Amino acid sequence: MPTLNIDPTKTRVLMEFKHGRPLIGCRFDPAGRYLFAASEDDTIQRFDLLTGEKTSFVGPKSWTRGLAFVAQNPAVVPLAAIPASAIAGATTLVRKPAPFTLLSGDYHGKLHWWNGTDDAPKPTNSINAHDGWVRAVAVSPDGTTVATCGNDNLVKLWSALDGRPIRTFEGHLSHVYNVAFHPNGQRLVSADLKGTVKDWDIATGKLVRDLDAKVFHKYDTGFGADIGGVRGIAFNASGTQLACIGITNVSNAFAGVGNPLTVLFDWADGKPKLLKPKDAFQGTGWGVHIHANGFVVGAGGGGQGRIWFWNPADGANTHTVTVPTNARDMAVHPDGTALAIAGSNGTAYLYTMTPAPPAGTPPKKA
Amino acid sequence: MERCEYACGTNDHRIDRRLFLGSAAAGLAGFAGFNARASELAAAQKRMLVIFLSGGVSQLETWDPKPNTDTGGPFRAIPTSVPGVHISELLPLAAKRMHRLTLVRGINTAEDEHGRGATIMLTGRRTEPGIQYPQVGAVAAKLLTTSTQELPGHVQITPGGGSGFNKDDAAFLGPKFASVTLADGKPPADLLRPAVLTSDADREREALRQKLNAKFAQSRKSAQTEAYTESFEQAAKVVAKANAFDASREDPKAADRYGRHDFGRHMLLARRLLEQGVSFVKVSHTNYDTHHENFDFHIEQLGEFDRPFSMLLDDLADRGMLESTLVVVMSEFGRTPKINDRYGRDHWSKAWSVAMAGCGLKAGAVVGKTNANGTAVTEREVNGGHLFHTYFKALGLDPTKNFHPAGRPIPIADPKASAIAEILA
Repeated sequence: MPTLNIDPTKTRVLMEFKHGRPLIGCRFDPAGRYLFAASEDDTIQRFDLLTGEKTSFVGPKSWTRGLAFVAQNPAVVPLAAIPASAIAGATTLVRKPAPFTLLSGDYHGKLHWWNGTDDAPKPTNSINAHDGWVRAVAVSPDGTTVATCGNDNLVKLWSALDGRPIRTFEGHLSHVYNVAFHPNGQRLVSADLKGTVKDWDIATGKLVRDLDAKVFHKYDTGFGADIGGVRGIAFNASGTQLACIGITNVSNAFAGVGNPLTVLFDWADGKPKLLKPKDAFQGTGWGVHIHANGFVVGAGGGGQGRIWFWNPADGANTHTVTVPTNARDMAVHPDGTALAIAGSNGTAYLYTMTPAPPAGTPPKKA
Repeated sequence: MERCEYACGTNDHRIDRRLFLGSAAAGLAGFAGFNARASELAAAQKRMLVIFLSGGVSQLETWDPKPNTDTGGPFRAIPTSVPGVHISELLPLAAKRMHRLTLVRGINTAEDEHGRGATIMLTGRRTEPGIQYPQVGAVAAKLLTTSTQELPGHVQITPGGGSGFNKDDAAFLGPKFASVTLADGKPPADLLRPAVLTSDADREREALRQKLNAKFAQSRKSAQTEAYTESFEQAAKVVAKANAFDASREDPKAADRYGRHDFGRHMLLARRLLEQGVSFVKVSHTNYDTHHENFDFHIEQLGEFDRPFSMLLDDLADRGMLESTLVVVMSEFGRTPKINDRYGRDHWSKAWSVAMAGCGLKAGAVVGKTNANGTAVTEREVNGGHLFHTYFKALGLDPTKNFHPAGRPIPIADPKASAIAEILA
């Protein structure tokens, strides 16, 4: 893929999508037409980037954080190609996108299937996936398998088609916070509260190795509780690097006094590199992505929010964007030019990372 | 020598209790009327257990869940063994024992500061200038402990910190009823004979002490020497019952049932002490002050609480002790219905809950209601004073009666409140 015309220092809000309740997670569909944002009101909101339309996915009886998709060869809708007139208004010019499946995991342990383009969406299938929260959902590169993880310390594989159970991975000793497929489709990583990252062979179900992200975990002796967890996880496109983001240096777990941190693993040798924010920001990292241009971008919050850009070669935090709310999740648009933030204030922010447009163009509101 | 500040106010009681384990020779001159009551209770020994969830446990994640509301958070409300009563899914074992529990859901103590909130819940009164009120444990020790009791009447088991003696929590009741702290459930300091001292040497040493005391007393006997003597004798009784403080002597299966973690061990020790006749035990579980990531931390903390609490209820019932033991689960306040931007809940005293069980209560009863999202009490609002009245009424006592420190009448419980009659058996 050619290097995109990205300048992190030009990152700015392109659109705001408002919802009445705090947001928990966000993901773009594979074509990049929609931004899905899960909310504390138990719904998932679908924001149409072209029309601005907002559609509620109602069904779960609890919060959702895990969102993933199954689509066959989606044609990415690049944001740059969308005529300005087609955004937030020109519905007659916009065709319905190719169908895709949304998978969501909720905090009652259920995994739901949805038709992602439905006008009045309801779950088309629901299974009991975990005892306790489903913390994350991932779909294999070939779209056939779903991975989930949760508060029962388990990682599970399911058929993406019908939810048939395929395999359970046991071995984590604490809540499993995140899961991701390696781009080659042969390995799966799962990461837990105590910072253990497990690398599994999907075909055999065997554990290949543990990677050490224990820098994310602390048992706070003052409050008698554990804090930690890999809150965001991502491979780069070639699978040579794995990024994990969370909180570290915790001195007061119950007040959230700690610092965000990204741990970037070299996939081949498992060696970690720590990527820290330059500023003394107090909070948690919630989302991370290794961009096609080579930089690492993460987001998080603790009162306010931040988006951090790092150069993985020297670990430098090259640029930081202040977000007006606690950033509880981050997703990068499939075209690589934009990212979305799920805000605790109920707003999903679409940031563009491309060079600035002509002066005087205001951010678009949905 | 300074006059003591408590009780009878005589010069006879200037013993520093720190020198002795658990008691000083405090007179009872200031408490006329209660000796008779205590002896009545000796025949049917009553006791009280407070489980203090430090920091402010969330009522929405425990006794008064509001799922699928703007304040409810992600957890379910689950049915309990009492039809129509639901509590949080984080207490599955307690839910099966709801028929033993009594819930008070309409508490408004209007105090969001930890220390002052704890004062209200432990003394039944707001902090007042010029007077310090005794905590519930001191009052219970005073009113329930019989003269034949060998162990301290007021014991606290804390997760950490130092062991020792907390003379302030008895206020004007006097140091005899102040709490002995067992930090991390460890026995009081110096309880066990040092290994270098053989039992024969210990006996000879004690015999020498008594011989010298007797000779001294021939010409110098006084209230003070009597007080020293009595204190040594009381300490000797505690030492003789040292095993009472050792929960490791319980059946290992019990330790498994309660959970092999600190709080499980502390609750097992609490049961042991209650069985041995200690009038009041307070076990603290830390911590619940979840301004950040309230839901994850309540999973962890209540995951520790639910099992030993339920096992202790079972054991008290199986041993025929539940009818004579008042159990109270409290905090200094609850937590805000509003979830903050860091998934936390903050201090909240306007509408929260306490759970109780045992002596003198209607098992399975629920009193008080909050509105749909838990932001206000809508029915039977009560405060710390009402609860304090209720505890002692449930124990068969009259909380409207007075103490008389230095001759001044002070009601046991705040006269502006009264017992919650709806939950009294």
